[in-house]
Amino acid sequence: MNGRTKWGLAGVSVPIMLWTLIPILWIVATSLKSTAALADQQQNVFGNFWPKSISWDNYSLIFTGGAKDLFVPALWHSVVVCIVATFISVILATFCAYAIARLDFPGKKAILVTALTVSFFPVIAMVTPLFNLWRMLHLFDTLPGLIIPYITLTLPLSIWILSAFFQQIPWEMEQAAQVDGASSWQAFVKVVAPLAAPGVFTTAIIAFFTAWNDFVFSSNLTAARAQTVPAALNSFTGASQFTQPTGAICAAAVVVTIPVVILVLLFQRRIVAGLTSGAVKG
Amino acid sequence: MSTVADTTTGERSTARRSEKKAGLSDRTRGERRLGWKLAGPAFVVMLLVTFYPIVYALYLSLFNYRLTDPAARRFVWFQNYITSLSDPLFWKATGITALITIVTLVVELVFGMAIAMVMNKIVLPRRTLRTVVLIPYSIITVVSAFSWLYAFKFDTGFVNHWLHFISFGAFDPSYNWFGGTWSSLTIVCLSEIWKTTPFMSLLLLAGLAQVDQSMEEAAEVDGASWWQRQIKVVFPSMKGAIMVAVVFRALDAFRIYDNPFVMTGGANNTNSLSMLVGQTTVNQTEIGMGSALAVLLFIFVLIIAAGLVRLFKVDLTGGAK
Repeated sequence: MNGRTKWGLAGVSVPIMLWTLIPILWIVATSLKSTAALADQQQNVFGNFWPKSISWDNYSLIFTGGAKDLFVPALWHSVVVCIVATFISVILATFCAYAIARLDFPGKKAILVTALTVSFFPVIAMVTPLFNLWRMLHLFDTLPGLIIPYITLTLPLSIWILSAFFQQIPWEMEQAAQVDGASSWQAFVKVVAPLAAPGVFTTAIIAFFTAWNDFVFSSNLTAARAQTVPAALNSFTGASQFTQPTGAICAAAVVVTIPVVILVLLFQRRIVAGLTSGAVKG
Repeated sequence: MSTVADTTTGERSTARRSEKKAGLSDRTRGERRLGWKLAGPAFVVMLLVTFYPIVYALYLSLFNYRLTDPAARRFVWFQNYITSLSDPLFWKATGITALITIVTLVVELVFGMAIAMVMNKIVLPRRTLRTVVLIPYSIITVVSAFSWLYAFKFDTGFVNHWLHFISFGAFDPSYNWFGGTWSSLTIVCLSEIWKTTPFMSLLLLAGLAQVDQSMEEAAEVDGASWWQRQIKVVFPSMKGAIMVAVVFRALDAFRIYDNPFVMTGGANNTNSLSMLVGQTTVNQTEIGMGSALAVLLFIFVLIIAAGLVRLFKVDLTGGAK
């Protein structure tokens, strides 16, 4: 590749990165503005973008102030519900994908087709019957009432990614270990598990993102006691009924985004591999 | 989607087939049982939590059923469907949803492809670009919706100031983007595009990586221009990846909910079909009617899926062909 193309591509990558980063920077900037500075261009620079003086008021509002009772429990609900749902779903998917990749049994294709159909269901179409059913079973506005739908949300995705991943594992090595005198369990622990672990881990991250992102279930199947952050953000109100909760919402948004962005930065390569191997294979 | 019967399993199943003719061996039978033991739980959970609600929704959709007045629940056959299909509000929401789907899909395909090509060839900030491009994928849709909402609001936003500056004062800084249907939809689409283009470009990048470099070089030696090479060599070899990306994004876009919900709440005729289902069920507690709308939405998604799969001749369970 010649130097001109190289620098040309480097030049093209700048607007792409700006397009990606500006909305992120903007939400950080807004979270650092005082209420007075929100709509006052004089107190901000770059055309109302970045505040001249940084204020941490919004963060104290969501952690210790008026929005605390709404935000802090919601954050815990998000963490607990998403981790539990991811855990259960990845375990179920690992067994299922192992069987699909490793064993020969009728109905294999039916399972994959079901997973695909399930992931095409409009989630809102499940909300109506679940809403009604959950009220009867007293699951409405409870944590299990969210964990169950989140398992379904992440299960098809996990099965697809994992079965694509498991098919790349050289299973012959397991048999070779057994020939060499290892028990099936030893062969599995020593040979297969280390090869499978990165794929399972990647799938867990992607499944966690999916659950963390959900708004439809959380906003329709909970009222107050089990709300997760995305739904809680939408029910934020201002310090008084006349103030806009803009700054508080942005601060909360930054708080829930940081852990996920760190995960992305750390495991960028694996996530890319997981998404693409699950989806595109010639 | 990955090939289910990979080479190794392929060989194994050919071996099995010959065994089958000779009657099932104990080992085969044991393997089948173990297969279902391992895969069964996941399968059952998927069926219970999705197929059951869908069947239940089908059943409920035949009733006139209001949650606040359960005693008046009665069987009305297809009345809910007739009511929805003859309601202009329903068709308006369908039209808006279809419009959002088409616009975001086309823009994302062009944008995503351009970004994928840059990511594929770039040398200098290679890792940085790949990492930065992935960031919107990790942002919660509701968060990105709020970010775009506040950015375009005339009081708290910055976009109007920037447009005012770039246009040398021609753009009115007090323009209200959320005051009309078209300007609101523009922001909804922009935010949706920002959030989901990374996913599109990743799938396309994976497709680009499969393109045979030597074929492209051969075409270059033969004197094909850059465009000719893309159209004759690159695009045809990554057809599978393009199909998968289009199918997944189209189905996702048609179910749009979070973005317009946060930004407009359905004001100015920006209701999407999913939002209409939610409003009917939860806000108006019209369970029967909401179920009918949900079933209709599901039928639309099935039609789109079937149409795209047939159009592209893509076999999602056995890899793109």
